[in-house]
Amino acid sequence: MPLTVEIVTAERILRTEQGVDVLVAPGSEGQLAILPHHAALMTTLDSGELLFRRGQDESTFAVTGGFMEVLHDRVTILADKAEAAEEIDIARAEAARARAEERLRRYRDQADRDIDAARAAAALQRSLIRLRVATRRRRGPGAPGAAGRP
Amino acid sequence: MPTIRQLKRRIGSVKNTAKITNALQLVAASKMRRAQDRAAQSRPYAEKLRVVLAGLATHGEGDPEATHPLLVSRPVKNVAVLHITPDRGLCGGLNSNVNRSAGTFVAMQHEPVSVIAVGKKGRDFFVRAHQHLIAEFTELGDYPTQNETMGVSRIVIDDYMNGTIDRVYVSFPDFVSTAVQRPTIRQLLPIEPPQMDSADAASAYRQDYIFEPSPEVVLERLLPRYIEMQIYEAVLQTAASFQSAQMVAMKNATDNAQDITRELTLTYNKARQEQITKELLDIVGGAAALED
Repeated sequence: MPLTVEIVTAERILRTEQGVDVLVAPGSEGQLAILPHHAALMTTLDSGELLFRRGQDESTFAVTGGFMEVLHDRVTILADKAEAAEEIDIARAEAARARAEERLRRYRDQADRDIDAARAAAALQRSLIRLRVATRRRRGPGAPGAAGRP
Repeated sequence: MPTIRQLKRRIGSVKNTAKITNALQLVAASKMRRAQDRAAQSRPYAEKLRVVLAGLATHGEGDPEATHPLLVSRPVKNVAVLHITPDRGLCGGLNSNVNRSAGTFVAMQHEPVSVIAVGKKGRDFFVRAHQHLIAEFTELGDYPTQNETMGVSRIVIDDYMNGTIDRVYVSFPDFVSTAVQRPTIRQLLPIEPPQMDSADAASAYRQDYIFEPSPEVVLERLLPRYIEMQIYEAVLQTAASFQSAQMVAMKNATDNAQDITRELTLTYNKARQEQITKELLDIVGGAAALED
């Protein structure tokens, strides 16, 4: 029996998909792939790339923290923030990355002690994930680096 | 008895008012639909969180070391009320109802109460009452996002964790239906976990799952999310309540204005007819006088 995947955030139901063959999620203990008949699992998620495949179709998402529950071939992802690859605005993500890098550099040069380094680092990580997810999609599935080939 | 000209002017002004209230009614109706839709969209997340929390939070009872500070009830020295209201009026009794309910609640407390106000109407109310304000958040807009409510959650959680406040309530107009918005007050902190049907169900829940990294870590990550989600939900409920209350209030105002227009038009026509009759009588009387 294939998987049913549901990706929800506090703001919206991002995606509900049935008949999924495999799902790869950024678990906080490392990346993990969920196949049908997985044991019941509740795990925290890190920021990263989440993807699932149904037949030849691959869907990719950028998620920022959250939880994943697997129960009876139902995967529920409660993400703090989540975006589908096709929603990501590359120009904006690029700008966010530049801004975060600039802040981190200023912090390192001691020029500006007011900068919240942890926040800037988190912002940088987020923008990098979004860029990676977005560009991976442009290259299409099966490109080098595509994880979890069945 | 007003003059004909005065009547005509009043009809015009009432009709103008009706146009404005009618426009506001239509705007509120469409915004209401979207606000309700957003509240519905957040529900699956909220429900799942509740189920997981109910399954996890029963653990650690009788084991004080393992219990998270957000779950522990401590002696109450200071109370805080997170009071959520709309920014604007023209929504019937909504604002005064929530304000009254929160005001009564605050007056009933034995400990000193501080207020965190979201929305101008509630802020103004507590400023007038000279209640101590910790923070205020206004202009969240018609469709508040989680980013905007995050600041509210942070203040609530931080002040609770550093001991400034020992108990937090949230007060907001709960959206029951388009016609009914119920002022609601709930305890936010310490968290009272939603109950599973039985303790057995909870322990079964915990045994059925593999938790990664561990149930404790999952719980620790979950609790702040739970608070954030509850605050976000309350803000969404307030937005939906406001739009529907405004729609109903504006519909009543439009109906009322139409009634007044009808009555005034009747009076106006009567007065006009009377005047014409009078003029006719004058002319007829004048002609008769000439003939004599």
